[in-house]
Amino acid sequence: MLTDNPALLGLVTIVVGVGVCLGYFFLSNLVLDTVIFPARGPNAGRNINRANMVRPWLFLFPAVFFLALYLAYPVFETLRLSLTDRDLGGAFVGLENYRKMVDEAKFWEAVRNNMLWLIVVPGASTAFGLLVAQLTDRIGWGNLAKSLIFMPMAISFVGASVIFKLIYDARPADLSQIGVLNAVWMKFDGGPGSVFTLQIVPTLLLAGFVALLGYIIWTFIRDLTAGGRNRSVLLLPLQLAVAAGGLWLIWLALGSIVNVWIADLPFGEPQTWLTLPFWNNFFLMVVLIWIQTGFAMVILSAALRGIPEETIEAAIVDGANPFQIFFKIKVPQIMGTIVVVWTTITLVVLKIFDIVFAMTNGQWETQVLANYMYDKLFVTRDWGVGSASAIVIMLLVTPILVWNVYNARKEMR
Amino acid sequence: MNRVAGKKSSLTWAVHISVAVLVALWLFPTVGLFVSSFRTADQISNSGWWASLFAAEQTEVYRTSDPDDTRQADGDMYSVSGNIFGGAPLDIGAWGVSSRNVSAFQPGETADMGDGESLTLAPDGSYVWKGNDKQLSGRGQRIFVVALVPPEFNLDNYRTILFSGTGQDNMAKAFFNTLTVTIPATIIPIVVAAFAAYALAWMDFPGRALLIAAVVGLLVVPLQLALIPLLKLHLAIGIGKGYMGVWLAHTAFGMPLAIYLLRNYMVGLPRDIIENAKVDGATDFQIFTKIIIPLSFPALASFAIFQFLWTWNDLLVAKVFLIDSSGSTTVMTNQIVELLGTRGGNWEILATAAFVSIAVPLAVFFAMQRYLVRGLLAGSVK
Repeated sequence: MLTDNPALLGLVTIVVGVGVCLGYFFLSNLVLDTVIFPARGPNAGRNINRANMVRPWLFLFPAVFFLALYLAYPVFETLRLSLTDRDLGGAFVGLENYRKMVDEAKFWEAVRNNMLWLIVVPGASTAFGLLVAQLTDRIGWGNLAKSLIFMPMAISFVGASVIFKLIYDARPADLSQIGVLNAVWMKFDGGPGSVFTLQIVPTLLLAGFVALLGYIIWTFIRDLTAGGRNRSVLLLPLQLAVAAGGLWLIWLALGSIVNVWIADLPFGEPQTWLTLPFWNNFFLMVVLIWIQTGFAMVILSAALRGIPEETIEAAIVDGANPFQIFFKIKVPQIMGTIVVVWTTITLVVLKIFDIVFAMTNGQWETQVLANYMYDKLFVTRDWGVGSASAIVIMLLVTPILVWNVYNARKEMR
Repeated sequence: MNRVAGKKSSLTWAVHISVAVLVALWLFPTVGLFVSSFRTADQISNSGWWASLFAAEQTEVYRTSDPDDTRQADGDMYSVSGNIFGGAPLDIGAWGVSSRNVSAFQPGETADMGDGESLTLAPDGSYVWKGNDKQLSGRGQRIFVVALVPPEFNLDNYRTILFSGTGQDNMAKAFFNTLTVTIPATIIPIVVAAFAAYALAWMDFPGRALLIAAVVGLLVVPLQLALIPLLKLHLAIGIGKGYMGVWLAHTAFGMPLAIYLLRNYMVGLPRDIIENAKVDGATDFQIFTKIIIPLSFPALASFAIFQFLWTWNDLLVAKVFLIDSSGSTTVMTNQIVELLGTRGGNWEILATAAFVSIAVPLAVFFAMQRYLVRGLLAGSVK
């Protein structure tokens, strides 16, 4: 009867679940204090000490149980599964699954797309978040504006996918377009307006992007040229990696500027945006950027407020303009927070599944690792390769994991 | 921006305008879905949702009543009169009698159709059509009316999605299923994590630092790794696919964040209160329930919102641990994905279904935004 009525089942579960938890904590403490180590008799003092040594573990046991069984054990079990073959009754096959995986074109497509996501989404979300945080910092209706930009955080990836599918909707050229992107697209005809919005503006944006990248690279490698003063050795590879990644992006951006001018755009034809290879990835990323900007904004806004006012006042007295204040005074002071935001969004991106699953399901060259893994595990039911790709995701997460643990330990000291 | 220096920057206007543009850009997608959910299928496919917000010019075709039955003799001339609007009248902007020029005349004017035939249309829609025997015969005269139609919205889609509708369109069951998953999966981890957080914050024992580090590490472990091992485990111990499995999974996946958030908050509580209580002979259990829990309410609320949003919006965990082949335990996110596949073009169904699933988190978001922000700040700024 209970299973017929899920709402009732839920209520019963809450009562039973909470009751069992509270009962466990209360009774286990009671048993510990009155039966095992009673605070009476000849050994009262010693018993109290002993009870207090055991008690933390009573408090911790259910949580540790969940953490160990549901999060720690699966990591090792997945590792084991990735080295075995289900069809052979779980026989050990070494790296066979990984070999199979790297032979698949779809895997490399997923890796390439994931790298694109990793570059674009955290960068764009953090940049937009920083922009909004700075702009809304001192205006009267800033809190309302922030609240509205923060709102997509509450919307599910699936809901957001529906929202954006409506935006990307395409209908035959002779009907009126109901997707806003095509409605705008159909307004372009190759005239001066089109040249301005589709060629001159993107060129300027890309040029600005190149300039920004150049500036970022410069700030990262500046102290290399200045000669090492108490520089951490750990930082050197990071600096070089940032510089290399930045130079690569500059190269891509310059290539895009050329493309913007030589591309032959199909004016007057409605586009099915989600089936345009390569570019469709960006249309999917927009959904996540739309959601994550609010997160970045909230954190960075708090960080901006935490900047000591004196530093800004000093800069104003010295005659700095608002842009200099922002880039040279504020941004360097919140660099730590920017890194935290960036890594947090990176974690979301590495696990991104729902958006791709709901919008394209990896078709038209939009596959990503998490969806590839889901596909392997539950559609083709190849647990070996699926687990292998899960391990790849885990490996990508590991540097952030180590960094977080390192920071947490440093902070606790 | 330069308020510190006591002068208003010339950039102020640029700032206001850019913020307005950004806010509009961020709101636009959601508003589109919201507006579309109140339009009929025809309206959605005939025009973009942004057009529906304004009164639109529409050309409607009417016909006078049949002259053979209703004409009245007036000497050797005949006339037919009546009103083109059967039901609600439209606001006539212009009208015409030929499809080549539908806005030839203003309301109240008389159209001369040659050879003495004429038609007069009053602003209220009443007409008089005059002509000779031959002209007033056969079918009624066509009248083209260009009218300004006010925006029109209705709740029919919600009626379909929530109350009637076929099994595939009806979200009522999925809504309650989602609720059934969400509420226990929000409350139980809080209870479990609160005790652990207290132990990690205020009890001294060997291995505490190691445990905290482990929690921080587990915070970022992708739950993708847990899918197959845990599904195997659930099948092996007889839980199988169902609510129990999804509750356990959500409880566990929320645990690192819960412990982390609550511990960070509890560590910041004043030491004096806790030590005074200990001196007065309170046990750890009493300190926890009587002092720590009431004081930690903001952190508990923060985590509760996180966990609620996450479990309500989740698709992957539900797909793996809950939804079996019978599909009777489907949740809203899953049903929407299925609708995207089967009813890809039926935007009235999709928009409404999506909005039904979005509405609850949005309400929670706006009601408890303060705690959400606080939780985000505590959870990620280190």
